Amino acid sequence: MSVGFSRREFLKTGGALVIGFALGPRFAPAQDVTPLPGSLNANRMLNAWLRIDSNGSVTIFTGKIELGQGIGTALTQIAADELNVDLQRIEVVHGDTALTPNEGPTVGSLSVQDSGTAMRFACAEARDILLTAAGARLGVPLAELKVNDGTIVAPNGATATYWEIAADANLRREATAKVQPKPPAEHTWVGQSVPRRDIPKKFTGGAAYVQDVRLPRMLFGRVVRPPSPGAQLVAVDEAAVRRMPGVVAVVRDGNFLGVAAEREEQAIRAREALEQSATWTETESLPPSGDALFEHMMSLPVPAQTVTEKLAATAGAAGKTLEALYTRPYLCHGSLGPSCAVAHWQDGKLTVWTHSQGVFALRGDLAKAFGMDAKDIRCTHVEGAGCYGHNGADDAALDAALVARAAGDRPVKLQWMRDDEFMWEPYGSAMAMKLSGGLDAQGNVVSWTHELWSYSHNARPGSNAGVSLLAARHLEKAFKLVPPADVPQPTGGSDRNAIPLYDFPSVKVLKHYIAEAPLRTSALRALGGYANVFALESFMDELAAAAGADPVEYRLRHMQDPRARAAIEAAAQRAGWQPNARGDGTRGRGFAFARYKNLACYVAIAADVAVDRASGHVRVTRAVAAVDVGQIVNPDSVVNQIEGGIIQSASWTLKEAVRFDRTRVATRSWADYPIMHFEEVPEVEVVLLNQPNERFLGVGEGAQGPAAAAIANAIANATGKRLRALPFTPAKVKQALA
Amino acid sequence: MANFTLRVNGMARDVAAEPDTPLLYILRNDLELNGPKFGCGLAQCGACTVLVDGQPVRSCVTPVSAVTGRITTIEGLGSADQLHPLQRAFIKEQACQCGFCGNGMVMSAKALLDRNPRPSEHDIKRALNDHLCRCASHNRIVRAVQRAAKEMQS
Repeated sequence: MSVGFSRREFLKTGGALVIGFALGPRFAPAQDVTPLPGSLNANRMLNAWLRIDSNGSVTIFTGKIELGQGIGTALTQIAADELNVDLQRIEVVHGDTALTPNEGPTVGSLSVQDSGTAMRFACAEARDILLTAAGARLGVPLAELKVNDGTIVAPNGATATYWEIAADANLRREATAKVQPKPPAEHTWVGQSVPRRDIPKKFTGGAAYVQDVRLPRMLFGRVVRPPSPGAQLVAVDEAAVRRMPGVVAVVRDGNFLGVAAEREEQAIRAREALEQSATWTETESLPPSGDALFEHMMSLPVPAQTVTEKLAATAGAAGKTLEALYTRPYLCHGSLGPSCAVAHWQDGKLTVWTHSQGVFALRGDLAKAFGMDAKDIRCTHVEGAGCYGHNGADDAALDAALVARAAGDRPVKLQWMRDDEFMWEPYGSAMAMKLSGGLDAQGNVVSWTHELWSYSHNARPGSNAGVSLLAARHLEKAFKLVPPADVPQPTGGSDRNAIPLYDFPSVKVLKHYIAEAPLRTSALRALGGYANVFALESFMDELAAAAGADPVEYRLRHMQDPRARAAIEAAAQRAGWQPNARGDGTRGRGFAFARYKNLACYVAIAADVAVDRASGHVRVTRAVAAVDVGQIVNPDSVVNQIEGGIIQSASWTLKEAVRFDRTRVATRSWADYPIMHFEEVPEVEVVLLNQPNERFLGVGEGAQGPAAAAIANAIANATGKRLRALPFTPAKVKQALA
Repeated sequence: MANFTLRVNGMARDVAAEPDTPLLYILRNDLELNGPKFGCGLAQCGACTVLVDGQPVRSCVTPVSAVTGRITTIEGLGSADQLHPLQRAFIKEQACQCGFCGNGMVMSAKALLDRNPRPSEHDIKRALNDHLCRCASHNRIVRAVQRAAKEMQS
């Protein structure tokens, strides 16, 4: 095992434990059980969250995984403050079915909110238990004790340390959440831009990723995917591939093909040989592309479901009505590193190292796929490249396990190639949004309708009764994905952020959720929220223009929520917003706002664009965001998420779309899927509106929607032309301006 | 299989591989260097970048048999205990989210600073323009290179 994972090895083998660590069974709270804060509610044992060791270290356990968003660092800040220990003492164990609480997948910008809240209450209570034990030992009331980096000091100068008294302090008990965490004024670490603990190894060649896991006798694996989603394998020359140098195993199971070899380049050669020798029958299983895709989606016999409906008598009074159709194409996650996993079978038990966002759900799907008991499978999270949602991580785990099963007891590191990732990752769904609105004589919105068409935004493992993993549907004895239900409100999936937060008298939101997906789709950062906010906030500008109103004033006019208003005002002020300023034909500024999921962070963005009318090329030159995430744990991490979110969203908005014909996906490499490069990146400024007395609100996905709409509004402001079909490629912009 | 002696981070390393094996797999698997990353295998993303005689090279498409010069990987720049100014600057600026692109960014920045110790923002962006970053840490990366340039000046 590589050196970077020694800590986990230590944990696995037991080590010198002072407080015996035993995870209770995942506690499903009955209705008569007191609800506990955050993920404590479902993982109620204190020792599921932390452990104090006699060697002076503290280990915290979180079901949430590190994916470069800095959750490990944020959780240590929270724990250090509640426990009164130095940050350096704390180790974090993320997402491991054998070690950590099950907090569900690391999704929805919920990690600080769910895991952070749980950690805060668990550590506060643990500190109380430790101090009570110290008080008993020192003969001093708890209230008179002070703690400094784990050393407890009595007024008479007597001391005890956490490490000495841990054996007296029983953390193997259910949390009560009755010990109040510290008020913000007593925080040392929360609120500070503590440098992320995952970063140094990433810039020094440390073992930082699942790709860096090396095990003794490990083989290298590759898969050969069908050439198209509807393809069936007719023939392949496995025997010839088995004879190739270094090849240890060739797996053919239905439409699944995989290889394992001694050396990585041998596995790649074997993959190429398998690919060349395989013949397939292909069918036209994909929908039409381009504009026809949206006509197709809107013509399917999928009835509308009412998401929300509010009717007011004034709705009939609209003097002016507008209607507009907005679209977004299929988008790739486009993780920079293709998916990878290491699988190892021993005595009928399976261990998988994975960059899955949900190790427990992955284990569940693997158990179904192999007909095993979940307790015989261990899934351990190790970082991969940034995923931005449900990419191929889980699928690679099954691939690795299938190939390793054919390789006896030797572990297999299976790495997807670039085209595997582009062609087979579950895309962010294409969507169509039809908006209509009515204005009264003063230009105020009196009625608002948002009707949308979308495929699934959550086909993760655990989202449905079937098996979500890609290879499972290719096996001879295939496991079907049972079309998952949409993510329900109040967070929503396809309809995420479709309900306007603005105060409109009449509102109707309808969704056509297309459960059967011809192209695989699942969660991409912000789910439907990216496209819905793009549509909603573009349409706000269209209505403002029809009302002759300034976009910022128009938003404020319809917004009651004081925190939303504060974010809007802060972004406008920092950007130097000039009311009613018109673009000059090439340069313009746009504005947009959303509260992610209508429940999480508030983000307002002003974007500046420069449009080259001759080429149609749009450049975002500057973006200013104002963000309210409630109490901020790590300001720089919040800024990092918003900066990255804005630029990534700008890339989606200006450049990205999956290419396909009726049979095959044509997006196979970065040449087919251009993303934003350095020379195109805007400068980004982020204003943080800290609310130390408010609860945590997730930030990771908050910028995606507002950034898109701010860019669309800026282009309209610059040129007078409204673009409604993403992405705003030069060809489309040029056509609009012609 | 053929035998090759590579000069990597100041050391002679003997490896046996097919001549057309991409250097990347030799570095990662035979020499157990984690720095260079597999991102695309097509020289499109830059995650695999190493220096050969000071020049940035995409190791995912460079056959091991074609390499005669001195190879430097990010491990050869500095270690966690003794950071190169670029590594220190990338950490100081917290210039990544996932960091998977970071190896290539640092290595191409090294080549840039070697030939142009005082690059403008424009120079940095041009030098890194063919490196992809999906988390969109671009502005932090530019600031990190500027910080390193400043430190190396003084």
